[in-house]
Amino acid sequence: MEERFLTDDSHLSPEARAKKHRLEQDPGSRTDHMAYTEDMEQLDSDLQQQVLSAMRAYHPEAYTAADVRRALEHDTCTVEDLKALLSPAAEPFAEQMAQRASQETAKHFGNTVYLFTPLYIANYCENYCVYCGFNCYNDIRRQRLTAEQIEREMEVIARSGMEEILLLTGESRAQSDLQYIGEACKLARKYFRMVGIEVYPMNTEDYRYLHQCGVDYVTVFQETYDPDRYEQLHLAGHKRVFPYRFDAQERALRAGMRGVACSALLGLSDFRKDAFATALHACLLQKKFPHAEISLSCPRLRPIIHNEKIHPLDVHEKQLCQVLCAYRLFLPFVGITVSSRESERFRNGIVKIAATKVSAGVSTGVGDHESKYEGKTDATAEGDAQFEIDDGRSLGAMYADLSAEGLQPVLNDYLYV
Amino acid sequence: MNNDMLMLGGKAFSSRFILGSGKYSPALITAAVQDAGAEIITLAVRRANTAQEESILAHIPEGVTLLPNTSGARNAEEAVRIAKLARALGCGDFIKVEIMQDSKYLLPDNRETIRATEMLADEGFVVLPYMFPDLYAARDLVKAGAAAVMPLGAPIGSNQGLAAKAFIQILIDEIDLPVIVDAGIGKPSQACEAMEMGAAAVMANTALATAGNLPLMAAAFGKAVAAGREAYLAGLGRVLVRGAAASDPLTGFLRD
Repeated sequence: MEERFLTDDSHLSPEARAKKHRLEQDPGSRTDHMAYTEDMEQLDSDLQQQVLSAMRAYHPEAYTAADVRRALEHDTCTVEDLKALLSPAAEPFAEQMAQRASQETAKHFGNTVYLFTPLYIANYCENYCVYCGFNCYNDIRRQRLTAEQIEREMEVIARSGMEEILLLTGESRAQSDLQYIGEACKLARKYFRMVGIEVYPMNTEDYRYLHQCGVDYVTVFQETYDPDRYEQLHLAGHKRVFPYRFDAQERALRAGMRGVACSALLGLSDFRKDAFATALHACLLQKKFPHAEISLSCPRLRPIIHNEKIHPLDVHEKQLCQVLCAYRLFLPFVGITVSSRESERFRNGIVKIAATKVSAGVSTGVGDHESKYEGKTDATAEGDAQFEIDDGRSLGAMYADLSAEGLQPVLNDYLYV
Repeated sequence: MNNDMLMLGGKAFSSRFILGSGKYSPALITAAVQDAGAEIITLAVRRANTAQEESILAHIPEGVTLLPNTSGARNAEEAVRIAKLARALGCGDFIKVEIMQDSKYLLPDNRETIRATEMLADEGFVVLPYMFPDLYAARDLVKAGAAAVMPLGAPIGSNQGLAAKAFIQILIDEIDLPVIVDAGIGKPSQACEAMEMGAAAVMANTALATAGNLPLMAAAFGKAVAAGREAYLAGLGRVLVRGAAASDPLTGFLRD
């Protein structure tokens, strides 16, 4: 395993440490990442095969400036155009791409920008994903909020004016079981008008249950669409199973969810190929489920507790902007979310080009909204954060900044029917 | 000209410009009412579902008729639920049925729209269905109790104008209800053209919302719609009708 992902593990028992090292060093000690476990539902779907074979056939270096120019001249962006726009040859066309993307965004979304905030209710995790702060071997303060604590957090967030919430957990089926998440969703419906979840992938019937609890939007990040790379980064736990994660959006839509979000975590693998696979995944999902509201995220790797060395490699802001413009031109109708992982400056710029939703008032820790929003501290009751955020603006500050730029912040445009 | 009123659900309107609901802002509503003379403003119920300080309802001026829409509905049942919610919110009995099952093009689903129109008309709503300009569907909407039909000019937000012109003309010629052109109108000249064809009213939103000077564009739309209406009422002159106008080249041989 790469040196940059190694963290101090002196807190572990000798047995745990030995197991961790074995997982890291001996691929033979790991389970088959392409094999579903018994409890995992298997869909009869060819989406995965379509995305992976297209991604394997994509060679970003093969595209030229002429291909990029041609792509920019087309009224509708084809899959070949998308490949050109994501290639290194498109880097000198950043401004032209941004101009075109900005026009498409205005056509479909006007000058509106949606606002939301994430709420982490638990950070227990049974997976060993080497880049993630919540991974089961990382020595962090774990926390699982009780129903009362969740409600308290929601009250505080709702008081700030927020109307859309994204509920998150670490991926532990034992600590954050379906009923626990369902109860949190029902509470969220009381305080917010729109509820989304970003939790471990589950079977269709489980998504159906959460939909009945008031959820309409499901976010699942594939992290990387390259199965070989995926295997090297997700060493243990349910999440190790690549195909089950890939089909999560499809299961959610079959269960009646209104919308789903896809994403790769940029900086784990070849970001151009991952971005291509993400956009194609979204496109094929919409083709198969024409009514579905699809959105894309674009997280880049961030430092985590006990590992400051983690960073998004060659995905600088310029490359991220290129990816987002390519997404917008290929899929003019999709929502694009840019999280607080990115800087204030970047987010102020990208909402004028391609992004349609930004987070505000963000904490990626557990149970610390009251201290962060209202200055009341009880650090003993707080769980550590998944990653470090960059843009720490409150809802009020974000609202004011967007308005000052001539944009229209929107807190809700949704009804649970 | 004062007698030329647009009648919808027993209500008379002197303006034939209707503000659509896509991209809302308080400034847009003000411009539409003050500069374009709009008397009807569409309101997406889902978008009004907010406690936001700048809640849209607070910006609707006195005397303006609200036309809530059912955007977000994926089938007739959802549309009916949203319509009832609009009524409960105090939006009145007008409802614009919008049912879409495609998130890419946002094209209306005529079949579900006909079903919803029937259910809502039975409940006493004044139903204005947004539709794809299909003659058979329009006839079914008439039978279902619609108060008008609202064919799209072009895909929503596309600013392509009257891409469906020939089919809209058929609806205008054959359907005995007001035909209101909705969606796709990108500039005043296109709004004017729709009115010249005999459309009863025109709806636009994006074209205003994304204009450089909002009040000026709103005023331009107001004038274009009025001009198109007057041209229609005046009867298009011979330079505008199809073909040449030589005097009786074929029938000159006929004796009295």
